[in-house]
Amino acid sequence: MIRFENVGKRYPAGKEALSGVSFRLEKGEMAFLTGPSGAGKSTLLKLVALIERPTRGTVLVGNRNTSRIARRHIPYFRRRIGIVFQDHKLLNDRTVFDNVALPLLIASLRRRELERRVRAALDQVGLLEYEKTSPASLSTGEQQRVGIARAVASRPDLVIADEPTGNLDPELSLDIMRLFERFNEVGVTLLIATHDLELIEKLEHRRLRLEQGKVVEEPHWDTT
Amino acid sequence: MDAITRYLSLHVQNLAGALGRLARQPFGSLMTIAVIAIALALPAGLRVMVNNVRVLSGSWEAAVDFTVYLEMSVDEERARALARGIEERSDVSRAVLVNRADALADFRAYSGFGEALDALEENPLPNALVVRPAGGTRSDVEALASDLDAMEETALVQLDTEWVERLRSMLELARRVVDIATVLLGAAVIIVIGNTIRLEINNRRDEIEVVKLVGGSDGYVRRPFLYLGLCYGLGGGLVAAVTIVAGLGLISSPARSLAELYDSGYRLVGLSAGQTGLLLGAGAILGWAGAVIATARHLRDIEPT
Repeated sequence: MIRFENVGKRYPAGKEALSGVSFRLEKGEMAFLTGPSGAGKSTLLKLVALIERPTRGTVLVGNRNTSRIARRHIPYFRRRIGIVFQDHKLLNDRTVFDNVALPLLIASLRRRELERRVRAALDQVGLLEYEKTSPASLSTGEQQRVGIARAVASRPDLVIADEPTGNLDPELSLDIMRLFERFNEVGVTLLIATHDLELIEKLEHRRLRLEQGKVVEEPHWDTT
Repeated sequence: MDAITRYLSLHVQNLAGALGRLARQPFGSLMTIAVIAIALALPAGLRVMVNNVRVLSGSWEAAVDFTVYLEMSVDEERARALARGIEERSDVSRAVLVNRADALADFRAYSGFGEALDALEENPLPNALVVRPAGGTRSDVEALASDLDAMEETALVQLDTEWVERLRSMLELARRVVDIATVLLGAAVIIVIGNTIRLEINNRRDEIEVVKLVGGSDGYVRRPFLYLGLCYGLGGGLVAAVTIVAGLGLISSPARSLAELYDSGYRLVGLSAGQTGLLLGAGAILGWAGAVIATARHLRDIEPT
């Protein structure tokens, strides 16, 4: 699903965020991307979503070489990836329903199908009764779940999440991770960046650790 | 079929969204629309005025008076008889004698050459007839003029069209000035709308970023702003049309009394349906153009980071 081959990213300011990252994430896998803050976790995810371009190396997503995707094709590429942000990036001038519906509206889904999928997504994150309220009136954990509902509403094969539990207490964080696991069970590939080691200790998934711009595989997941 | 319906519904959504956005900030929206309306109403209103003067001068053309200067040898008695004879003609509405004594008195009073005249031993002015044609076409009027010229008592026939010609060239000049004003104010409309859209883009930065993150294409991101520009332009055009109609309404009654004083059946010419359509269309196109320019310049810069 995702393949990095000797990928480097240097920002114009001169800071080298990634230097020679190589790894593979197979279809249907769920993996955590860990490492100290500033290790390049966000940069790596941005390369997957084509928010940034690598300065060297090759990034393949769904067997497509992302360097061959022209700027104008990026939107269509992103429609097949669900993205979850630490700060949710919800629009507070719209209802919860409209926030979740946004990617489907963009994909010009028929109204009935759209409503069905939005409600299904909200049901999965347990927020169906809040569809008519503003995200601003919800708690942080609930807002994050709305963000997740939006990411999965278009039924992407791949979901990437950048510190999705960054602002949550441990109990809510575990809820969120369990939610991701449920999506993984139905075949969604997930790559989740987090620095919350205590949390992922409780979960049996593959871990990729970023250290000084390189990925170090942690053997935990296959040594049970 | 389904694709077309969906495409149309997308555009209807955008239009409704743009109207909703205008309604949410009524004061700001009205201010912008008022500025656009003024910029559109000025050239359109001036055009209507020029048009009116042209119609008016056209109706004057046929009603130009002739002055027939008679030979010095023709006395007042004979001149009066001539006037009566000319007035009998069907193509003449009236013929009035201006006797040489009266003419001299007028000249003395109005020309400012009174003292110079005193130096002359006798009145240099001949008797003259002022003939007003009954109307008709230009060639009828010219035929009358040549008939008058052919009389043996006639020294000179003067057709007072020169001022009409002058008026016409002034009108032409005015029309050019209005053309230039139209172009400048059209550019002003584009700039005002472009700037309004630019501010709107800035205000909605977060939203644009999120839309791009979840796969909104450039076209999808741009469309609401284009519709917003369209609505501003169309709204401005509408207010401009209403302003012109109201303005004409205000001056139509004094204009009518003025026309009556001159025995003229002249009525103000307003905006035709076609011109109103043109005004609205121009507003819509300028609004759209302003939005196209603003979005081309500013939307690309907003990328998720």
